[in-house]
Amino acid sequence: MSPTGVAVQDAAASQPARQIVNDFNIQVATVNGSGSQTANMVLFRSIFQMGIPVSGKNLFPSNIAGLPTWYTIRTSKDGYVARKREIDVLVAMNNETARDDVMGLEPGATVVYDEPMQLAALRDDLIFYPVPFDKIVAQVCPDAKLRRLVRNMIYDGVLARLFDIDMAQVETALNKQLGRKVKALALNQAAMKGGYDYATEHLTKQDPFVLESMGGSGDKILIDGNAAGALGSLMAGVTVVAWYPITPSSSLCETLIDYLRKYRIDKETGKATFAVVQAEDEVAAIGMTLGAGWAGARAMTSTSGPGISLMAEFTGLGYYAEVPAVIFDVQRVGPSTGLPTRTAQGDILSTALLSHGDTKHLLLLPSSMAECYSMAIEAFDLAERFQTPVFVMSDLDLGMNAWVSEPFECPTEPPDRGKLLDAETLKRLGEWGRYRDVDGDGIAYRSLPGDGMPAYFCRGSGHDGDAGYSERADDYENNLNRLARKFETARSVVPGPVTEREGDGKVGVLAYGSTHWAVVESCDQLAREAALAPRYLRLRAFPFTDELTAFIDRCDRVYVVEQNRDAQMLSLMRMEMSPERIAKLRSVLHYGGLPIDARSITDAILAGEGHALAPANGDLKT
Amino acid sequence: MQPYRGSKTTLCAGCGHNAISERVIHAFYEMGIEPSRVIKLSGIGCSSKSPAYFLGGSHGFNGVHGRMPSIGTGAVIANQQMIAVGTSGDGDTGAIGIGQFVHLMRRNLPIIYIIEDNGCYGLTKGQFSPTADVGSKLKTGVVNDLPPIDTCALAIELGASFVARSFSGDKKQLTAVLKAALSHRGTAMLDVISPCVTFNDHVGSTKSYAYARDHDEPLGEIDFIPYFQDIDVEYEAGSSHLVKMHDGSQLLLKKLEAEYDPTDRLEAMRILHETSRRGEFATGVIYVEPDKEDFIELLNLVDEPLATLPLERVRPPKAVLDEIMEELR
Ligand SMILES: Cc1ncc(C[n+]2csc(CCOP(=O)(O)OP(=O)(O)O)c2C)c(N)n1
Ligand code: SF4
Repeated sequence: MSPTGVAVQDAAASQPARQIVNDFNIQVATVNGSGSQTANMVLFRSIFQMGIPVSGKNLFPSNIAGLPTWYTIRTSKDGYVARKREIDVLVAMNNETARDDVMGLEPGATVVYDEPMQLAALRDDLIFYPVPFDKIVAQVCPDAKLRRLVRNMIYDGVLARLFDIDMAQVETALNKQLGRKVKALALNQAAMKGGYDYATEHLTKQDPFVLESMGGSGDKILIDGNAAGALGSLMAGVTVVAWYPITPSSSLCETLIDYLRKYRIDKETGKATFAVVQAEDEVAAIGMTLGAGWAGARAMTSTSGPGISLMAEFTGLGYYAEVPAVIFDVQRVGPSTGLPTRTAQGDILSTALLSHGDTKHLLLLPSSMAECYSMAIEAFDLAERFQTPVFVMSDLDLGMNAWVSEPFECPTEPPDRGKLLDAETLKRLGEWGRYRDVDGDGIAYRSLPGDGMPAYFCRGSGHDGDAGYSERADDYENNLNRLARKFETARSVVPGPVTEREGDGKVGVLAYGSTHWAVVESCDQLAREAALAPRYLRLRAFPFTDELTAFIDRCDRVYVVEQNRDAQMLSLMRMEMSPERIAKLRSVLHYGGLPIDARSITDAILAGEGHALAPANGDLKT
Repeated sequence: MQPYRGSKTTLCAGCGHNAISERVIHAFYEMGIEPSRVIKLSGIGCSSKSPAYFLGGSHGFNGVHGRMPSIGTGAVIANQQMIAVGTSGDGDTGAIGIGQFVHLMRRNLPIIYIIEDNGCYGLTKGQFSPTADVGSKLKTGVVNDLPPIDTCALAIELGASFVARSFSGDKKQLTAVLKAALSHRGTAMLDVISPCVTFNDHVGSTKSYAYARDHDEPLGEIDFIPYFQDIDVEYEAGSSHLVKMHDGSQLLLKKLEAEYDPTDRLEAMRILHETSRRGEFATGVIYVEPDKEDFIELLNLVDEPLATLPLERVRPPKAVLDEIMEELR
């Protein structure tokens, strides 16, 4: 082993025999606040533009600047976009983590690193490319003060050269990323070119990784789930937004505010057709949402676990007094403050049953960008149709990472405002009571302040069919039974599950939300490695629909895959299912805070099915 | 008169809260405000039950303990054409709800916010509330040793644009204050001393009828002249103060305190501190800033209620979505 990277270069300078095209994982290790985000997004976008299926996961600390950050870009010609555990290419920019990062690599991996760190001395089973970042940046950026900001762009140039990314694509991506910031653009271009030229002159390709265009990105878009949710809310016609900042949900309302300011100012008067209030806390945010919903607005809030906990009491009021509200829960790792910048599906159980007494809420479970968008729209319709809080259960992985998506479709149906009392209905009913179930579906007619219809007194204390105060046992029971009936009605209206794989039914898989993408890949691994043919049903809402029980009946064993410790979705199923069905359910759980990966699921299911586990490189054939 | 009345009260006979409900009914009736134009909001407590007992023709929302301000904020934003009246208790406002109270005052949301202030928690059977005075005694003999929160001083400090204190037993003054509050655009905060006859109306309490009667220090007689009564107000310069309200009404304060000017913030704070040091409480309109920008103006909302804007005004056309999609490519 040689002490300098360059020497390593010389020693191993032969053309690699094997090529790996469009199927590897790049991890960039930097320090947050160092401007790496632009460099990472440009790299990501370049690959996207080449039409190669790509996914990006940002693993960042809960602080503003100075702590380690990893951004992982996975390219997959087969279209897998879940996190992959193995890193094929490491870009080591952070002295603090570099040693651990390098030691954690599989043999044969590639390392691009900042030369003074002398990482090549650490192992002799890796391919090292040393790059003198400081020297290059000094040449391309005369202003010493600005060097820190463009330094990272150099690795984009290096990687473009190494993996054969068309520089025109990188330039386009950079333009898109920086927009009209002319000076920044020029500096970044120079840095990128500096890296590219350095690699051309000094680095000899030894790694097998190559990126080849797959025909361009067509009309696909790049978006994160929070922006998708914001767009859905915009198109749903949201009028009142109350929120309190919290990672990872803040960007949902912040993006929405940008859209609202741009597209929802009345042209004639210059006035807003929306109100956004940054509330004093989440209790106030949900209170405002409910107050607005009661008064007839399409109202929403967005939060994460700690906010959900604070909203508990008000959510019960919304359920019992029957007030529409849309709540986005962009889940992060709990309990308590937990890991604020890591992902989880840990609020399922507590949110489904949020608040004291017998409460149950409608949950929507988006898996994709398209669903973060469409389910936002559906949430507003469901909230008004069922006159109740509706939760959209996103997570950090969906909400804050950029994903490739088909473009979103404009809603064709007008909003469903639910059963609003009007003169005609009043005449038909003869007599109106706010909580009378006149249609047998558990949903009563409501009037709004100012609509000229009879008023009622909305309250969270016991009430009868006419909204009068009542402590009578029969009134209470009737009301609770009607609410249960309403929940039953919702069963056939909420988005049903999707059969993602037919399979042979020996092994069934149930999953939801961001877990979906790892399950898809795992199904293929199970087929390839163990000749299994899993049947996979993806859940999209709570309450569960009849398709779920039918699915369980058609499988021998069912693995419920989720990203929490306590098998929360499975616990919800247990509340509703017969013992025979429950007996078929098994859990596959993942809760370290990193997005779930296919290998973990595959290993767990193989173990559950009594197969020998695949070795770490995943090539085992049973 | 019927839609101005509510359902039969379930509060104790003699409870100050009932007297306040009566005043609300009269003030709204005399001001000619249609109950269908009003929304009533409250938290939890005996006081928060009151909205059920006035303005039966109005929509009401009895929320959760201490959080009426947020419900009110949402509702008023959703439909700014409604006249909002919130009812709270001193526990509901001063303890569990102090955070929301503070932020409501900061926002100057158009709402009449009434604290029915009895210095104790009525509904949970008589514990001290944060407005109880130091040294005041519970029926059980327990003495309060923490200083009170002066909700009026707090409201002024925070930016409320109409702050008054009154006494449930003073029909004339309370009616005038309520009418003036109705003419105000912005937050009108009314702290109304409202004795709890069951738990806090004994010797040793500073929120009893007897104490209130003896220590009420009116800032002057209040005359309220609504905008629709077109009379020339005659007043003696120097001894009276005339405030023109936002809607053109006039509030005439016949001063007892020679120097008192209710549009002067510092003056208002001085009065509050001086009277409280003497163990008295100043009543009347303590502070008013008739033209302060309210929250609706600040949000630059369209004139129509957001709640009922038609689809074409709230859903951008397909072209907008297409444009956004293009930006994301
Ligand atoms: C979250 C919560 N905590 C406690 C209570 C119990 N509680 C009901 S009313 C009340 C105090 C009411 O006092 P106040 O607001 O002064 O009103 P009053 O009854 O004196 O008019 C309390 C503590 C509650 N309803 N909700
Ligand atoms: S307990 Fe006190 S506050 Fe409650 S109703 Fe009775 S007198 Fe009024």
